[in-house]
Amino acid sequence: MAVSSVKELKKNRKFSWKRVKNQIMGILGNPFNVIVFFTLIILFVLIIIPLLIMIQNTFIVAKAELRSIPGASIGDYTLYYWKYLLASPLTQTVFWEPLLHSLTIGFFVTLISVPLGSIMAWLMVRTDIPGKGVLSAMILIPYMIPSWCKALSWLSIFRNELSGSYGLLTGMGIPIPDWLAYGPFAIVIVMVMHYYAFSYIMVSGSLRSINSELEEMGEIQGATKFRILKSITLPLVLPAFLSATIMTISKSIGTYGVAANLGNRISYYVLATRMKEFINDAPKGVGYAMSILMILLASGTIFANQKLIGTRKSYATIGGKGTRSNLIPLGKAKVPMMILLIVFLFFSMFMPLFVLIMESFQIVPGKGYGLSNLSLYAWFGTLDNAPNPAFAQNGLFRNSEFARACWNTIKLSILGSLITAICGQFFGYVTTRGRGKWYGKLTEQMIFIPYLMPGVAFSAIYFAMFSRPRLGGIIPSLYGTFTLILLCSIVKHFPFASRSGSSNMMQISVELEEAADLAGASFWKRIGRIVIPLAKGGFVSGFLLSFISIAKELDLIALLMTPANYTLSFLSFDYSKEAMPQVADAICIVIILFILVCNKLAKKIGGDVSKSMG
Amino acid sequence: MSRIVLEHIDKFYGDNHVLKDINLTIEDGDFMTLLGPSGCGKTTTLRVVSGLEKPQGGKLLMDGKTIIDAAEAFYEEPSKRGLNLVFQSYALWPHMTVFQNVAFGLKIKKMKKDEIESTVMRALSTMRIAEYRDRYPNELSGGQQQRVAIARAIASSPKLLLLDEPLSNLDARLRIDMRAELKRLHKETGTTIIYVTHDQVEALTMSTKIALFKAGEISQVATPLELYTNPIDLEAADFIGNPRINFIDAKAVFDGETLKVKSPIGDYDFAKEKLKLDEEIPQKKEFDVVMGLRPELVDIYTEDPKHKNTIVAEVYASQPAGSESLVTLTVNGIDFLAKQIGLVEYDMNEKVYVVLHPSRMNVYNKETGRLIKFAKVKHHAGVDD
Repeated sequence: MAVSSVKELKKNRKFSWKRVKNQIMGILGNPFNVIVFFTLIILFVLIIIPLLIMIQNTFIVAKAELRSIPGASIGDYTLYYWKYLLASPLTQTVFWEPLLHSLTIGFFVTLISVPLGSIMAWLMVRTDIPGKGVLSAMILIPYMIPSWCKALSWLSIFRNELSGSYGLLTGMGIPIPDWLAYGPFAIVIVMVMHYYAFSYIMVSGSLRSINSELEEMGEIQGATKFRILKSITLPLVLPAFLSATIMTISKSIGTYGVAANLGNRISYYVLATRMKEFINDAPKGVGYAMSILMILLASGTIFANQKLIGTRKSYATIGGKGTRSNLIPLGKAKVPMMILLIVFLFFSMFMPLFVLIMESFQIVPGKGYGLSNLSLYAWFGTLDNAPNPAFAQNGLFRNSEFARACWNTIKLSILGSLITAICGQFFGYVTTRGRGKWYGKLTEQMIFIPYLMPGVAFSAIYFAMFSRPRLGGIIPSLYGTFTLILLCSIVKHFPFASRSGSSNMMQISVELEEAADLAGASFWKRIGRIVIPLAKGGFVSGFLLSFISIAKELDLIALLMTPANYTLSFLSFDYSKEAMPQVADAICIVIILFILVCNKLAKKIGGDVSKSMG
Repeated sequence: MSRIVLEHIDKFYGDNHVLKDINLTIEDGDFMTLLGPSGCGKTTTLRVVSGLEKPQGGKLLMDGKTIIDAAEAFYEEPSKRGLNLVFQSYALWPHMTVFQNVAFGLKIKKMKKDEIESTVMRALSTMRIAEYRDRYPNELSGGQQQRVAIARAIASSPKLLLLDEPLSNLDARLRIDMRAELKRLHKETGTTIIYVTHDQVEALTMSTKIALFKAGEISQVATPLELYTNPIDLEAADFIGNPRINFIDAKAVFDGETLKVKSPIGDYDFAKEKLKLDEEIPQKKEFDVVMGLRPELVDIYTEDPKHKNTIVAEVYASQPAGSESLVTLTVNGIDFLAKQIGLVEYDMNEKVYVVLHPSRMNVYNKETGRLIKFAKVKHHAGVDD
């Protein structure tokens, strides 16, 4: 009885109740199947359904637009929102202009930051530039600071009378035009100062993996240094370089915080900021439609990346002796190069930070650092004895909003990262153990979706889903609740958490579990006695990294904020719109300190900053 | 204690048919080796027996009890099959000490504490690693880890012990030591063993029986000696033996009584009783055959030994390697390899006399690739031709 397929095998069988019973018992009796089932359900409910609902919302008449659409009633099918966005007299202002702005910013940020980061990577990895320890810290630490904090630093230097208070330069009597202080130029520079690290991390990783023997072989064949760089080194790092390029485009197009801080003041809008206005006001449907376009734009670039790099990505550049690598001597340029780099990093990263810190102690910003202009008001003052009548809030430690925001941030980060990390381990377990099976692939693909979406666009999805009761009231309206912000933060961090989870689970060989299975251990016993003890280390570092990422998040939660739920990031963002920026600066400093401390901790336990890209 | 019967086992991974109608009986106390190149289904067969893999078709019986009945979707749980497995990677739990690793399964069986202690220590002593009881796996060498893995598998006194390429991660010297160890273990415990390997030396030296796998099918089940002497087809012959068997193309005619073979290394007649008559042998017409000639069965003399099966050959190259020497010979434009014991050296192009032993040659039908003439298993030098 030779058969050639499972189908043929099944065809030859007669129906048997016993078989059906055994099959059902086989599926239900295996807790792994139950876990897979719940994983798929959870991902479907938290990712697919909200996405579909948002898409649906762009085609359905909402209450706010009843008057704008003659003869329509709530829930009717309509193309009004898409027409409003793409084919109305307003299209130029609400769509083409923000789109052009976003693309311009994306283009210039990429044009500058990718070469900048790549050159730094090359200098650090492949040359004998001195002081690598200090330099590497100077390059990487600024990346941990959220991009919107950098926007505040920019303002503390370049702010002009438009904002109601002066920045450092205006205060010194140097007139700063609006185009320099705000708008595209400022946005591009600030984003470059953030995203260069992205290229640095990717390209340096790739450079490190190149065996120097490959270059030495070129040398033996008589190639010049330049020739080797051009024909051997560059082609090998090209995949990393292209990846960095595309990721930078995608990220900079989607960024909200920086664009809002530096653009809104002069009505310079990008897609993300325009979208938020629509969703917070009306018509929301237009905002949703914009968010769909943003998702398409971002996921389009990411897919382009995979298409472009996919087949070439996997150069097996890591050889047995690859760690030994001969450095290229810079000769006389060595010390000047180092000084140049340090000066650059100092002026671009640390001086702004310094100005930001100093500003938090000033009574009137831009009035210099004389003792008479310094005060601890932003930290400890109260409004009734404010040295400057323009102050709008109590100092941080006397400010109930700050206390609440602190509590919210801690609550959000701890709960969020804990749940994210636990889910991540489970997802990692399902994807690694289901490798090559349909459910493994499906889980992987669903988890990947939030990664394709810019933070603001992702929160728009949650806004659409939970701003009113669902399932006939079983799920109440979550708008304005902490739960919604928590949920959104958790799901957005799924891709990252499950990647760390699956790399963690990958290290636990299936055979370790099979050995326990043969010894008679039940599924839960295997999880408890074998998997969890072995996964502990990876779990903790995964937890700390998503903890930092959630704690500094602004873009993702800006849309969902209501005053009771303000986190430190959002409170600082909110205060920074006021005339007096000192309190906002102070919050920013608290966040930066917090991040640096957490990062130190994570590193101790074995985490890696470069893994928390984003 | 344990007789295992596999009936019509079919296993698919998607569209990939990895086990094709596997039928195999393993008698109680056998040391059965599943031998074959990688990807031929031998490890899958082992995993089917262990319960870690579920076949879509077929039955598995142990001592008459149904363990797998794919038609009824019945698969007994691995832990209830009374067997244990040693993984290729050893799969030692890195967060447990040697003692804890071995004791794990016993604890799950709710054995009493002092009983666990004595059982574990007995297993560790058998494998001669009692002194490492409190070490963690990463503090042990590869060979010691291997011993722990085996101790863990035998601690629960399984009726059936499965070993999946257990020696492939060891260096050459340790491998020889462990082969002896495993052979002793089999003799001392009397446990039925199924052993998977791609290494023919392991198979030939340890097994009582070998099942030779080819692309998801079993091509031959035989004792090591039988398998070595009479590989069932050209592929099996090519796979078994190091240095490789010599294949020499020839023409043959079978008249119903004698197979007359004409070859570059001489003409030979083989009587009917030495033929495998259930194979396809064309009658009364010339057909292509391949002669199989083991290198160690080629005797080389520098002077004419006056033996009836002597031919004259020329030395193409000789490779003395201490305990043995390989000599490549040329006869009538045909190259073949001879293996001599000890250090022998010949000059290039030297003329030598070669004695062949037709009774120990295999003949294969070239078209079907199947064995049609048996070689004699026992050979007495000087007495037989």
